[in-house]
Amino acid sequence: MQTPAWNWRATLLSAALLLLFLGAWHVGTLPNAGEQTVDPEYAKLVGAAAASGQKSALPGPGDVGSKLWSHIVDPWYDNGPNDKGIGIQLAYSLARVLAGYLLAALVAIPLGFLIGMSATIYKALDPFIQVLKPVSPLAWMPLALFTLKDSGVSAVFVIFICSLWPMLINTAFGVASVRREWLNVARTLEVGPLRRAFRVILPAAAPTIMTGMRISIGIAWLVIVAAEMLVGGTGIGYFVWNEWNNLSLSNIICGILAIGLVGMALDRSLERLTRLVTFPE
Amino acid sequence: MTEPLIRIEGIGKRFVARGGEPATVFENLHFSIEPGEFVCLIGHSGCGKTTILNVLAGLDTASEGYVFVAGREIDGPSLDRAVIFQSHALMPWLSAMGNVAFAVRSRWPQWSADRVRAHCARYLELVNLKGAENKRPAELSGGMKQRVGIARALAIEPKMLLMDEPFSALDALTRGVLQDEVRRICAETKQTVFMITHDVDEAILLADKIVLMTNGPHAKVAEIVRNTLPRDRHRDTLHKERHYYALRNHLVDFLVTRSRLFNANPPPGYDPRHPPEIAPGMESTPSPEAAAPSPAERVVISLRH
Repeated sequence: MQTPAWNWRATLLSAALLLLFLGAWHVGTLPNAGEQTVDPEYAKLVGAAAASGQKSALPGPGDVGSKLWSHIVDPWYDNGPNDKGIGIQLAYSLARVLAGYLLAALVAIPLGFLIGMSATIYKALDPFIQVLKPVSPLAWMPLALFTLKDSGVSAVFVIFICSLWPMLINTAFGVASVRREWLNVARTLEVGPLRRAFRVILPAAAPTIMTGMRISIGIAWLVIVAAEMLVGGTGIGYFVWNEWNNLSLSNIICGILAIGLVGMALDRSLERLTRLVTFPE
Repeated sequence: MTEPLIRIEGIGKRFVARGGEPATVFENLHFSIEPGEFVCLIGHSGCGKTTILNVLAGLDTASEGYVFVAGREIDGPSLDRAVIFQSHALMPWLSAMGNVAFAVRSRWPQWSADRVRAHCARYLELVNLKGAENKRPAELSGGMKQRVGIARALAIEPKMLLMDEPFSALDALTRGVLQDEVRRICAETKQTVFMITHDVDEAILLADKIVLMTNGPHAKVAEIVRNTLPRDRHRDTLHKERHYYALRNHLVDFLVTRSRLFNANPPPGYDPRHPPEIAPGMESTPSPEAAAPSPAERVVISLRH
């Protein structure tokens, strides 16, 4: 077990590393003061950073910090299609991820049950799964755009297809490896197939299924950013790409940070759920 | 002659080896279990003991032969034959109460939650688990887990109990306590029991009838030993009973040497369809030497019916 003192040290070290990183970043992006060669009138016109002859356009931690603060105090503003608050963009992305993810769960868990229970179905479906699983979800995008004729729905489809495999495979594996003795208990008690599925197999396989769901949500959140860069319009992926077009590196860094934080929150919540269904042996 | 609760007629189990001849684990087994009887099956590993139990439970099928329960051929598992598994087989996501309740609801689906709970509590109390009802299996000791397994089996009020080396994974002290409890409960409820064991002392303490199996492959029932000790017996005074040494020596001798040699040299007149029934010590003086199993000393009672 970890002692509180040990945790305290780790926190301190984390904080020190963060400070070190911010310090290095700050020093690395300092404007070269005193080498101002441009006309002061021009400097006033184009802004201090550009005029100071700074080598890199990379913003410093101060710039990003103030940008970040402006996003935090006003995440929901909407100034037209190309200028929406980061909160709105994240909400769009989350909605797409959840829609695709839940659809995938609706398909993968019952299908995984079937595959796990029947060796024949497993053998019949295995070649399809083996071929389709390694396909990058973005490779489906053109086909989805052509058949579904809607970029938003296509993004949801891409999330669906990439969340499907880990859930399907883990469900099948969890169901197939339910201990023989529990099934034998159910058999000697003349338990019917439905009650056996929900009262024996489901709880026994739940930790494995939840692990698959946790892997899936991680992959879905990775893929949504790329998918939204392609389809455009809304979402955090589009936000990052749009800010690249705007050459606002501060906003891009804010976007990266937001993606990371939301991804962590998703993973943590699935971890909580996994812990709820896990049983000690 | 009344119909026994279980009648086994010539069952055998063969496995088809890869590309080879079928391997026979046991064959031509015949014995029966009367209502209220406690029958132990003793044999070495590999003679198919667990397979026989699984066939009786309906979890496995024999390659040949028939098993009759109360005159009807066995047709899959049944709530009338409860199994106590060697590895307790509790569901770790359910509490002790939950595990027993799962079985009770399977037997009486129409019962109300209160009735199920009261019924389970009664059986958990019977196996001395009062106070541990809400603990998960992971929080229970090995002995307590097996108690839950016993409560689960008893709670469905089966016609018979099938136990597959139920105490073999427990330490000696716990095993002793649980054996005493099983003896008490089975005596009180006149439960019919079929138990697999390889512990001679366990068989002497618990069984009315001990079925001796020869070593596999081609294992057979060598003989059926009647427990000659009084029915009301106790662990601490067991060794002072009159026929104790005769019985124990007979069983140990069988396990040590005769189980191995029996298949090659069956005694004259041996018929697997009617294995001899033996009551060690009934004829002779109960000294350990005299109880050494020579055919002259055995009372052979034909099982013909």
